[in-house]
Amino acid sequence: MDSTPISRGFTSRRQELTSKNRTPPGQYVTADFPVLSAGPTPQTKVEDWTLALQLGGSLLRKWSWAEFEALPQTTIKTDIHCVTKWSKLDTTWRGVTFDDLLKAVGLAAPPAPYVMAHCDGGYSTNLPLADLVDGKGMIVTRYEDLPIPPAHGGPARLLVPHLYFWKSGKWVRRLRFMEEDEHGFWESLGYHNYGNPWKEQRYDGD
Amino acid sequence: MTVIEASATPPRRLAWQLAEVREIAVETPRVKSLLLHVPAWQGHLPGQHVDIRLTAEDGYQAQHSYSIASPPEDELLALTVELVDDGEVSPYLIDNVRAGDQFELRGPIGGYFVWTIATEGPLCLIAGGSGIAPLAAMLRHRARRKDRTPALLVYSSRTLEDIIYREELETMAQRDSNLRLVNTLTRKQPEGWTGYRRRIDKAMLAEVAFPPEQDPKIFICGPTPLVEDASRFLVELGHPFPTIKTERFGPTGGLAS
Repeated sequence: MDSTPISRGFTSRRQELTSKNRTPPGQYVTADFPVLSAGPTPQTKVEDWTLALQLGGSLLRKWSWAEFEALPQTTIKTDIHCVTKWSKLDTTWRGVTFDDLLKAVGLAAPPAPYVMAHCDGGYSTNLPLADLVDGKGMIVTRYEDLPIPPAHGGPARLLVPHLYFWKSGKWVRRLRFMEEDEHGFWESLGYHNYGNPWKEQRYDGD
Repeated sequence: MTVIEASATPPRRLAWQLAEVREIAVETPRVKSLLLHVPAWQGHLPGQHVDIRLTAEDGYQAQHSYSIASPPEDELLALTVELVDDGEVSPYLIDNVRAGDQFELRGPIGGYFVWTIATEGPLCLIAGGSGIAPLAAMLRHRARRKDRTPALLVYSSRTLEDIIYREELETMAQRDSNLRLVNTLTRKQPEGWTGYRRRIDKAMLAEVAFPPEQDPKIFICGPTPLVEDASRFLVELGHPFPTIKTERFGPTGGLAS
């Protein structure tokens, strides 16, 4: 469009809270932790939970909760950015990095360029492996030192904080390595395939 | 083997467009509907939303998502806005915006929380407060098209005065025996109130909602605790996960640890 209309009398009420260096464009900082999910919250018990790693239709490895808990654990403090415009600063998570997951199955490098995360409740999201290795992505099981509440993705969710938070799929159960990229749930419904908040890649074509 | 050229046409960006406020309707003491003229609007499906963007004189911008409350059949686009006290966009839209004002908007967004008369199965809608907006778009679409799909709206409000679109919904239900309206007032009820007077619970849904055997399509929109509860109750009553679509908003009410 040619020019942006000025909303007479509109002023910022939240700018003071919003640090320019830490808040991507179009986001505001909240102290709350909103819940956005497309359906009911799955209530998966840890004794029923497993995480599977799949490559080319074959199962590389499946961990039980206890086995997963025995993997090397990493704690991270990071900012998160939801496509619905809220950002939350300094959130603390604990879990297993993708680097340690790959190491646990004896892989020195990612076996494929892409991964689809499949989650309880039918959710899925696709990611380039390059965005998960070198400490960039984790499967987390603790939020602020406590088990993650089901509404926030417990018992285990993805954490890929440098992308919009829908990429950090809740209730993750299966990671499928892919040679070719495929769309996940929101990615096939008009949302951006990559989702970089600093480039404001909210929707397809952004 | 056929090789399909990936991204032969790059996706078109969802562009910001100019919207002009044509009318403002006061719905409740804290809720207004803005009726917008959007010249370049390409149409939408009931349940979809838009992003709006306000720009201050110093260049500061704020964005917010609002469900579309109007059906695709209407000429003006209706957004129903509830005042959020510590919000940034809603106080401006409620207190400052006048007919003739312009702001930016882009959409429609979201392809999951949608219903049209082409969808099979009864329609089960559950709303809390201003969560009625996208569900109203579905009911209005159904009414405009004179569709007779069995439909139910379970609507939770604090008081009678807080029921958004009350007269319109009542008129719609009076004219249509296939539409059932169930109101519950959780905080204060007028004298002689015969409806429910408690939060939506499992017993209420067991009583009024279509049973799973009828394969209803379920849409729940409202404050997070209401949506969490109602969707869990429906799962417990035997409704399959994929038939329950949800939109949550507002404070999480203690869900965050």
